[in-house]
Amino acid sequence: MSANYILRRLFWAIPTLIGVAILVFVLVRVVPGDPIAMMLPPGATAEDVGRLRALYGLDAPIPKQFVAWMGDVLRGNFGTSISLREGVVRLVMSRLPATLELVIVAVAVACAFAALAAVGAVYFRGRWPELVVDGLSGLVLAIPDFLWGLLFVLVLGVLLPVLPISGRIDPTLDFNPATGFYLAEALLRLRWDAFADLMKHILLPALALALPLAAALTRVLKGSLIDAMNQDYVTLVRVKGYSRARILWRVALRNALIPTVTLTGVQFSFLIGGTVLIEYIFSYPGIGNLAIAAVNQRDLPLIQGLVLTFAVLFILTNLLVDMAYSILNPRVRQS
Amino acid sequence: MSTLLAIRDLDLTLGSKPPVRLLRRVSLQVEPGQIVGLVGESGAGKTMVSRVVLGIAPANARVTHGSVAFAARDITHLSEAQRRPLLGREIAFIPQNPMTALNPVERIGPQITDVLRMHLDLGRTDAQDRALALLREVHLREPQRILRQHPHELSGGMRQRVLIAIAFACKPKLVIADEPTTALDVTVQKQILQLIRELQRNSGTAILFITHDLGVVAKLCDHVVVMHGGRVLESAAAARLFENPTHAYTRALFAATPRFDRPADELKPIPAALTQQLNEEARVLDARDA
Amino acid sequence: MKVIAVLRNPRVAFGVLVLVVLIVAAAGATRLSPHDPLEQDLLNSFQHPGASDGDQSHPLGTDSLGRDILSRLIFGARPALIVAFVAALFAGLIGTALGLAAGYFGGRLDAAISRLVDIWMSFPSVLLCIVLAAVLGAGLHTVIIAIVVIDWTRFCRVVRAETMLQKSLDYVASAVTIGLGPGRILASEILPNVAPLLLTLFTLEMGIAIVVEAILSFVGLSVSSGVPTWGGIIQEGRLYVNQAWWLMAAPMACIIVAVLGLNALGDGLREAIDPVKAR
Repeated sequence: MSANYILRRLFWAIPTLIGVAILVFVLVRVVPGDPIAMMLPPGATAEDVGRLRALYGLDAPIPKQFVAWMGDVLRGNFGTSISLREGVVRLVMSRLPATLELVIVAVAVACAFAALAAVGAVYFRGRWPELVVDGLSGLVLAIPDFLWGLLFVLVLGVLLPVLPISGRIDPTLDFNPATGFYLAEALLRLRWDAFADLMKHILLPALALALPLAAALTRVLKGSLIDAMNQDYVTLVRVKGYSRARILWRVALRNALIPTVTLTGVQFSFLIGGTVLIEYIFSYPGIGNLAIAAVNQRDLPLIQGLVLTFAVLFILTNLLVDMAYSILNPRVRQS
Repeated sequence: MSTLLAIRDLDLTLGSKPPVRLLRRVSLQVEPGQIVGLVGESGAGKTMVSRVVLGIAPANARVTHGSVAFAARDITHLSEAQRRPLLGREIAFIPQNPMTALNPVERIGPQITDVLRMHLDLGRTDAQDRALALLREVHLREPQRILRQHPHELSGGMRQRVLIAIAFACKPKLVIADEPTTALDVTVQKQILQLIRELQRNSGTAILFITHDLGVVAKLCDHVVVMHGGRVLESAAAARLFENPTHAYTRALFAATPRFDRPADELKPIPAALTQQLNEEARVLDARDA
Repeated sequence: MKVIAVLRNPRVAFGVLVLVVLIVAAAGATRLSPHDPLEQDLLNSFQHPGASDGDQSHPLGTDSLGRDILSRLIFGARPALIVAFVAALFAGLIGTALGLAAGYFGGRLDAAISRLVDIWMSFPSVLLCIVLAAVLGAGLHTVIIAIVVIDWTRFCRVVRAETMLQKSLDYVASAVTIGLGPGRILASEILPNVAPLLLTLFTLEMGIAIVVEAILSFVGLSVSSGVPTWGGIIQEGRLYVNQAWWLMAAPMACIIVAVLGLNALGDGLREAIDPVKAR
């Protein structure tokens, strides 16, 4: 695991990103129907349309548009959002930290749940806790992902209105963060009131996002733990006098994580995609919510910027999963 | 001194309908400081005997008769928690396959120091020093480096030395070695046997040495127990047994073992009639004990 | 006959029941619905399920505009079922054609198609969905195209593997020796043997399509708001969840039952057709 390896991986991500950029560029320009015409109120003249096209540079030949667009993109200029009349980069950057915080909390929740559930199920193998874990993970996986967010809204909006079901922070709270990372900032500035409020808001969307991942992780991790428990190295620590709990947490879990990361790596990038819907359901002000608004408005510059941002997130997630794998597996780390 | 390990009339039964009898009234004794060889073909029940002593018999196997006593204490039906203070401390284990017996994701150091810290209450640095000394005792070069390495960086022979160091770490009274050389190259086998004997002489630890190899037994053991089909057929001092084996099966086992003083073409397989007769006897015994 | 034996499988029976109910609801929506799903009655908004005043009965209550929920749900089965059938059909056609070609001809064609499938599947479906919706705009066609574009790979992979298996069997070799061309062999020998598997995949894909349609209508990218859709009803209900929980609960229940039914049907068919492989 070297800096060299990470740099090489990042280098190989460049063609993927260029591919995504080209795809987005081309698709947006073969649009049936004219997005520019749709942006204008009914009754706009052909002249108005032409002027707007020129304004967005959509009247030049396609290759020329692409060169201009790529030049802008490389300079970090993604243009201006049509619907929000704000720089795309600024918009995305102001929303991105919210999404990142959501994703990080969700991953932490999913991993903690899965580890507890899988270790618990294996510790109480053949008794009721195992049945509960199997039953719950089966239930979570049987119901389509996006309904879990809605179920939370339904149950917690009506039956137990203890947690807020929309937004990121109570707007009446006197908290003026300097960055977009509210949660981290509240923690660093020891603003416990703000931290508690932010956690209350992030809990449900994070839980909804984490649930399907947690269930999938639990399944795979439990199977890997059972495999690990039958290995010779576990027999050896048993006869060294390890307790069952210590064997599971200290020996089997570390080993079981390796196949688990291999088998569930993809799921972590699904999580990034899941933010789009979850943010929308919980009116959480991240880039996912922004993406749905942009698509509904057919705000092409904003969509382009968001798609590229998501592509970068996917690539980074894959890189992080690979890094986790090589940290967990000493054989890979050293070769 | 009293007997260290005394197994009396042990029955081990797997499942219930129909029950499978894994051990049939097995008795054997290990005196302090003695090396006892437990010999037999695969499936003879040698490993099951060791698993019962270590408390790692298969989950659905039960001791249905007899007892196991260690240092004059009945340990037949100890719970996992009750047995734990003994394991690694008083009774240690050398496994068969060094390639799979070490935790692949942990460095060698903590895999040696864990028993020291758990059973002897050593601090971090004391345990570290003791681990270094142990690695020197098993004649591993560059022990400092090995402590920081992962199992996959060591050869099979080196790993077996590490496992032997772990077994002897807390100066146990009894070490159970389950075919500790079978998975190794012939040249490495010899070195490992020498090492085990050396450590045994220095520490006075008793060893229950499980093997299918009579040649190894001849070189190493004071006493020999021959098993087949889950029962003990013959138990005698090594010198006596090699001079004058009384049981027909023991003689057949000798005839089937390659020796340096005998051409290979004189090797004879165990006669089928003998195996059949032994199985018949086992059935009669089962009917008697049922 | 064989069909009856397959129906004895409880999962298949449950799945078929759900599918039949869906089809009947969609086909007979105008007759079955107690009310016009678009008819507003502002005096009777947010009626509880089961509440009735005189001749106006609303078994599942009414929404913010006093529209009958049950009628809206019945009409909502239409877009769901249309998307399910059409999207699964086209995803199946494209995937099967490419899968058959890759599996039967092998070599470079197989390498190219397999590589394409790998790249395609590594591409996050959410991104594809966003781009397609942005390009095509809202509408039922967008939903269908998005599903087809994303999910043809499911069919392709399975059909390719199964074709390779069938091709290695004796009966295909004998068909080759009597001089049948690849087209004939694929159509008359291999396809019939792949068909049971396709049926399973098709059923599972319908379940996926119903979910995707619900998601896209929920975020406003499916048919225009005049037509009731399950996702659309959820979206409207979400705003009033504190006053009228049933607005959200009823369409969610429809989606869950439909998806569980179709998944049960798919799994049950796999079991019934090939008990060994289902293990």
